[in-house]
Amino acid sequence: MNATPSSARPEKPRVGLFVTCLVDLMRPSVGFAAVKLLEDAGCIVDVPIQTCCGQPAYNSGDRGTTRDLAMQVIEAFQGYDYVVAPSGSCAGMIKAHYPELFEEDPNWRAKADALAAKTHELTSFLVDVLGVTKVDASFDGAVTYHDSCSGLRELGVKTQPRRLLASVEGLTLVEMKDSDVCCGFGGTFAVKYSDISGAIVEAKTRNIDEAHAPTVLAGDLGCLMNMAGKLSRDGRPIQVRHVAEVLAGMTDEPPIGAAKANAIK
Amino acid sequence: MSARDDIFANIRRSLGVKGSETIRQQIVTDRLERSPKGVIPKRGQVSGEERIALFKTMVETSLATVTEVASAAEVPQSIALFLRNHNLPASLRMGDDPRLKSMPWSDTTLEIAHGPSEGRDLNAVSHAFGGIAESGTLAMVSSADNPSTLNFLPDNHIIVVSAKDIASDYESVWNRVRFAYGKGSMPRTVNWITGPSRSGDIEQTLLLGAHGPRRLHVIVVRE
Amino acid sequence: MTVHSTSPQFKQNAARALNDVQLQKALGNVKQGFIDKRQMAADKLPEFEALRDSARDIKNHTLEHLDLYLESYEEKVKASGGHVHFARDAAEARDIILNICRETNARTVTKGKSMISEEIEINHHLEANGITPVETDLGEYIIQLRNELPSHIIAPAVHLNATQVEEDFRRVHTHLDAKRDLSEPVQLLTEARAVLRERFLAADVGITGANFLVAETGTSIIVTNEGNGDLTQILPKTHIVLASIEKLVPTLEDVSQLLRVLARSATGQELSVYTTFSTGPRRSTDADGPENYHVVILDNGRSSMLGTAFEEMLRCIRCGACMNHCPVYHAVGGHAYGWVYPGPMGAVLTPSLIGVDKAGHLPNASTFCGRCESVCPVRIPLPKLMRHWREREFERHLTPATVRSGLQLWGFFAKRPTLYRFATRAAMGALGFAGRQRGRFSWLPMAKGWTKYRDFPAPQGETFQQRWKRERKGARA
Repeated sequence: MNATPSSARPEKPRVGLFVTCLVDLMRPSVGFAAVKLLEDAGCIVDVPIQTCCGQPAYNSGDRGTTRDLAMQVIEAFQGYDYVVAPSGSCAGMIKAHYPELFEEDPNWRAKADALAAKTHELTSFLVDVLGVTKVDASFDGAVTYHDSCSGLRELGVKTQPRRLLASVEGLTLVEMKDSDVCCGFGGTFAVKYSDISGAIVEAKTRNIDEAHAPTVLAGDLGCLMNMAGKLSRDGRPIQVRHVAEVLAGMTDEPPIGAAKANAIK
Repeated sequence: MSARDDIFANIRRSLGVKGSETIRQQIVTDRLERSPKGVIPKRGQVSGEERIALFKTMVETSLATVTEVASAAEVPQSIALFLRNHNLPASLRMGDDPRLKSMPWSDTTLEIAHGPSEGRDLNAVSHAFGGIAESGTLAMVSSADNPSTLNFLPDNHIIVVSAKDIASDYESVWNRVRFAYGKGSMPRTVNWITGPSRSGDIEQTLLLGAHGPRRLHVIVVRE
Repeated sequence: MTVHSTSPQFKQNAARALNDVQLQKALGNVKQGFIDKRQMAADKLPEFEALRDSARDIKNHTLEHLDLYLESYEEKVKASGGHVHFARDAAEARDIILNICRETNARTVTKGKSMISEEIEINHHLEANGITPVETDLGEYIIQLRNELPSHIIAPAVHLNATQVEEDFRRVHTHLDAKRDLSEPVQLLTEARAVLRERFLAADVGITGANFLVAETGTSIIVTNEGNGDLTQILPKTHIVLASIEKLVPTLEDVSQLLRVLARSATGQELSVYTTFSTGPRRSTDADGPENYHVVILDNGRSSMLGTAFEEMLRCIRCGACMNHCPVYHAVGGHAYGWVYPGPMGAVLTPSLIGVDKAGHLPNASTFCGRCESVCPVRIPLPKLMRHWREREFERHLTPATVRSGLQLWGFFAKRPTLYRFATRAAMGALGFAGRQRGRFSWLPMAKGWTKYRDFPAPQGETFQQRWKRERKGARA
């Protein structure tokens, strides 16, 4: 971690943005925030046509579909210097799991390895690869940060978002208890085992509430939707946003799960 | 086919081996012969006073108590004092360990019983085979000299250990065991003891004296 | 063999557990204690991570040469005057144990904590044959009084509160003064100690498990904090060690490596209080100890795990760290898993031992948060192995039909990016429009599981790819 920018890095790296299906469908503003952060850091950003990294199939045991989708992603992102996703979960899928999918196919395995090597989660790319130490943004008030599991444990994303948040003018970070404990989302788990998922997110939102910060941030939209849905269901007036929105200074859109006009009902 | 043969056959089938491969056999024989050490924590790799100090600190970390005496001759007095300080009866059970037997027990008013415990003793003393500084552990070997029952049945267990027998790590103790009993052989029981008996089974509350001794007291003999 | 398991009813078990007020209170203790203590112990030992690697490597090496190490072990036990019995399955193990008990005319048997003994359901078998088994680990004793299974592999009664234990002691220890004070945990402990002391002294046979078996010396090892395992094995005439094949390790040095990570991972101790190395029966130079020493080595499906992806599971040293760190275990406790082994290690092991058709829920009931793998002392990739089970289920068409067809439909679109763009544009447009007022939905068709506990945030309306095309690509083209 805290790698100094590699000298082999191109001056203006071409970055393929892996938007992630959730950001694409649910909250495009996160994607545009990621684009702004990358462009501010001197990248040329492009968005090839894409659908999903294949995690829902992978975690449901459907290796065939997963492989098909992985091949689609590998081909779509072949030409870039880097691939960046505003999600530890999807970046982790590409980085940690794509190579596993092609253990018996050396040709695709090589391609998967190549993609894995150049794929990064957004905040980790900014800090570890590009050496970004501060962002040009301001945010008024305290936030608390949830460490999403895949980013934290598959990719080691922990200090990077905090480091960047520390450079946001007017923002203070208040740590919640057990910030590194799962929010209970788990993809299809949230629907298949909704009772258990409900109990886990209940514990999570209690910790968020007890941090007494009016805003909670995280780096994965799945977790964010889960936490936002629970907070609003319980009537806890806490704003929920993707960390990229705050780092990019793009907080005009209402928070996740909030109505357009007045952010908190 | 017997259960034994069946299990071995299935293990070999799963591993894709016959069991007669010379290379595999050599690898196994070699490991058993050489018993290679793995990762040894630096913590215990100190000598002299430093090692004894570490041992004592770790013994206390394990919630046992520890004291030092200059010579074996001072042990009986030290034990008498320990028992008195804790309002315990002046009775003590021990095995046939010559190191313990030769101590001047008549200097005290302690009532001494010998042999294994039948479960009604309050106090017992044993002599350790060695100590391990890394974790504050006492290594005990079973025999009539130091019956295993004394390690577990009495409420208060006192263990005497010679400073020279305090090793840095577990591996050093195994070397001594091999020297004493032969490579590949063991005394019937080796007990590593690290603190007094305890349980956390009720609401994760740590309580001392579950089935074994409520108190463990260690006496380091300097000599 | 009939296995008594409620694993197929995992969902119902979980729902019941979530509504059990006593249980939820008790589970709070798991989250508090174990995690911090493990972290502190790991932090205090700079070599901890290297020791985890070492532990993993030792287990891998042993499993690759398991047949040879087993042979060496067997030979050494015999040389030290002990007996080794092999059992293919639970029924054979039960018979072997019963026969040994009968040979010694045993009436009561004390037991040290052993998960294998739960696996083979030995207590019922002994009782059915007129022999009284007495669990001596405090937690095991408590759950035996309640006729329950352990809910945790190292803290069997972690699902209970002190008041429940008090009720059980009053119900069972009727020979004691009914007015005695049992309001403090220490009073419960003292009472159990006194009751069990008599049982220890009267027992004819002692059965313990084994944390490890050493091939170099024919030694069996148990690790306890209470000392109950030792009283179980040194007082009766006969000591029976019950162990499964994967407990083997080559040498005393190897076991020392494993012991350095076991207690730290389990309870955060440097070492458990009692680590006992037993080799054969009482010698002529001994004044106490068992006259007979038997080892029963159980396979029960494990040899078939070798050479497969699940071989890695056989590294498990039963420390319990995975369940201590599992959000699902924290939510529902161990009994919901429905068989002997709960938590992440159970979610992988149980399908191997009783069949994925029965235990299919277990590897699915995980968020794949990866915390279990991050603390496993032998680095078992538990989420990966759970995913392997999901793949087996999918291949064997055991995955629920609704999940399968949902996946199929989603896969159809996800594999066709152009069609996907059109379809999602339309769907998100509609959903965004419908949700624009409140910004969320309290109910959505097809997502009842989600909306039962939380709102569903409304999408912004336009998809990213749509907007990108309009704002950037369109502009550039």
